[in-house]
Amino acid sequence: MTAHGERPRLAVVGAGPAGLAAALAAARQGLTVTLVDAAPQAGGQFHRQPAEGLGARRARALHHRWSTWERLRDGLARHVAAGRITHLPDHHVWTVEREKDTDPDLDPDGTFVVHALRGPAQEEPATVRADGLVIATGGYETVLPFPGWTLPGVVTAGGAQAMLKGGLVLPGRTAVVAGTGPLLMPVAAGLAAAGARVAALVEAAGARDVARSAPALAAHPGKLAEGARYAAELLRHRVPVRSRHTVVAAHGTDRLDAVTVAALDPDGRVRTGTGHRVPCDTLAVGHGMLPHTDLAETLGCAVDGRRVRVDDEQRTDVPGVWAAGETTGIGGADLALAEGRIAGLSAAARLDSRTPDRSSWRSAAAARSRLRRFASAVDAVYRPPAHWTDQVTDDTVVCRCEEVPAADVRAAVGELGAGDLRTVKLLTRAGMGWCQGRMCGPAVAGLLGCELPVSRRPFARPLPLGVLAGATEDPTEDPQPVRPEEENA
Amino acid sequence: MVGAASALYATREGLDVVLVDRGPVAGGTTGSGEGNLLVSDKEPGPELELALLSGRLWSALAAEAGVAAAIEYEAKGGVVVASTPDGLTALADLAVGQRAAGVTADPVDAHALYDLEPHLAPGLPGGVHYPQDAQVMPTLAAAHLIRIARTGGARLRTGSTVTGVLRTAAGAVRGVRTDGAEIHAPAVVNAAGTWGGELAALAGVELPVLPRRGFVLVTEPLPRMVHHKVYAADYVADVASDSAALQTSPVVEGTAAGPVLIGASRERVGFDREFSLPVARALAAGATRLFPFLAQVRAMRGYLGFRPYMPDHLPAIGPDARVPGLFHACGHEGAGIGLSTGTGRLIAQALAGRTPDLDLAPFRPDRFERRQEDTA
Repeated sequence: MTAHGERPRLAVVGAGPAGLAAALAAARQGLTVTLVDAAPQAGGQFHRQPAEGLGARRARALHHRWSTWERLRDGLARHVAAGRITHLPDHHVWTVEREKDTDPDLDPDGTFVVHALRGPAQEEPATVRADGLVIATGGYETVLPFPGWTLPGVVTAGGAQAMLKGGLVLPGRTAVVAGTGPLLMPVAAGLAAAGARVAALVEAAGARDVARSAPALAAHPGKLAEGARYAAELLRHRVPVRSRHTVVAAHGTDRLDAVTVAALDPDGRVRTGTGHRVPCDTLAVGHGMLPHTDLAETLGCAVDGRRVRVDDEQRTDVPGVWAAGETTGIGGADLALAEGRIAGLSAAARLDSRTPDRSSWRSAAAARSRLRRFASAVDAVYRPPAHWTDQVTDDTVVCRCEEVPAADVRAAVGELGAGDLRTVKLLTRAGMGWCQGRMCGPAVAGLLGCELPVSRRPFARPLPLGVLAGATEDPTEDPQPVRPEEENA
Repeated sequence: MVGAASALYATREGLDVVLVDRGPVAGGTTGSGEGNLLVSDKEPGPELELALLSGRLWSALAAEAGVAAAIEYEAKGGVVVASTPDGLTALADLAVGQRAAGVTADPVDAHALYDLEPHLAPGLPGGVHYPQDAQVMPTLAAAHLIRIARTGGARLRTGSTVTGVLRTAAGAVRGVRTDGAEIHAPAVVNAAGTWGGELAALAGVELPVLPRRGFVLVTEPLPRMVHHKVYAADYVADVASDSAALQTSPVVEGTAAGPVLIGASRERVGFDREFSLPVARALAAGATRLFPFLAQVRAMRGYLGFRPYMPDHLPAIGPDARVPGLFHACGHEGAGIGLSTGTGRLIAQALAGRTPDLDLAPFRPDRFERRQEDTA
């Protein structure tokens, strides 16, 4: 399939569990792999490492499945040393282009060009050419707005965890962990273990919701044991756990000094009169995760309900493009590892014009089925309160980038006739800012009462116009720079 | 946008108006536009007259309480830049004709050019300043014109698709059928923009509206670095061109909200919504040639839209002689936001049986049919 008479080249975007597993599996099968990742070190969010130079000694204590990480890390180092994997950290991908070759027999799927910005400043361009592509870009956290959520001291649950894992910085002394989802327990346990007083763990899901999904969850003794271990840690640190509760407001003038916690009724409405103040200087809040689908969407891959659609080989419906990990649906690190391995093995065979031997990934496929069932069960349990928008006052900022209050969104719908996310964006600027609606999209959709639609973002991240213009094509990796100006002649 | 303006002016003529759209407000080409209200890119003729009328109406609307801020109306003026001395001569010649038609068009030398736009690339010979050029935020403009029309009694039916045009036995229009209910009216205005040909077909007539795709790049918000709408002289030639091939000419402007908008590409590729990296690259290259500081500024997003293109670059405005009661107000190509107020006013006058402010003959919707017969 390669027109170059060399080993097929595979680009893997994202060096979390899915991307690492895909890169290692493909490299072992003889592909030339380029692993492109935004972080300074491999590992993704799950295996986030303390920055070198901090001399962290407790890194291991903060990470679960340390042996898995050691295996991935050592495998990557071996393949990099052998020249089978090129690891490009600090490469921030802004788009992937599918070049259509002039001779379709020579290269029927065209060649993929990964366009990235290099370095922490994200200013220098870099390009990677490949015959195949694995999208392993992970997911991002959802946080729904409530009064006071923009106060300093309010962080995302994932952000608090990243601070613990990456910088070993304790975000505050008295913390409340709130929202919904399986991330809250490890975050609360991690904060407590690091020396914070965790004043409450506030979870919207109720014990009864968990009980209802018990059969599905019980099929995963390992996961249950993990949950039990966190619960024991919380008990040991005397962390009060409030299930079927929610934070209705954060208080403070210059920064957070307290939150109001209230009980939820079975319909997901706040029970009147149940609110009580909990003093704290840190609130870690999260409402689950959403897959990063920008690159897949730009390439025209089918996306079902926010997840990149893949077949049993982790192939998208665009030839030459695989997807693995959270980008195909939020399911955790173990599922990402299984999917990544399958994607890597499939790519190794397919790019070499062979039909893959499915028995080579039998155990990964079994793990994948089991973990996807578990993920659906988890998804059914951990939902934001059904009537969370009741708590969003008119002056609550919904879009932080553009500082758009809920009142503007409601006016766009009521007075100006908007009924969808795009029109609300154009009328209020909600979603036009730096994050391009990734943060506020779910909130605006909730206020509108509609599903979050697939959004087409031509640039996965902002990039300098000079780079886009191609004035400084990266000469080291691309011997024949694209000359778009010629198109203009 | 044209539908919104037609509804507003028809309501002000005392007519009972129902505004129907299959999507939300501004869901078609309007929401993908830059909001140009331009006289500078038009050669003397009927389109320029319509642009001058529209400019006066925009200015009058902006003088109404709260409207200018709500629709981000900015009378900021345009600057057309020549890249060579020959180009400057050609621009000056165009400006002479435009001045005769009533446009304020002030030639500026190199010195004055950099007073107007200090961050332009060095070495440019000069250009022409058009103080009448203005800008609105198109989605806000459409939504607020509709809001004002509704306070005057107009009714808005969004998410309602017109599936047929109802006719009397004699062939006259008596309303529309939608996927919801029938709406009965003695007059139907086709303001379906790029999809105006499809709506005309429902009434049994042909109207040659074709899509001409355009991309716009949007930068991060900046303090005001670009003060006018600034474009290169070749833009005028591209606007008037009939080519289906990709054309890009740099058009750069700051906005009230901070981001800089970068256009303009034109290509006839049907309704292909796929993002095109080569087009984005060409736009970025053109913009950074005009304003070198933009090379360090980040593009945040891009969007595309489909201009309603007509073979002679003039919109279809007015009654359709082939179907009594059918009016058209579409086919404005890339100028629909700017020309919407004038179009709405002319349509309202025609609906009310008054003499329109401009002669509608050049905009006759059935002009293409006649041409085909002539050549047959």
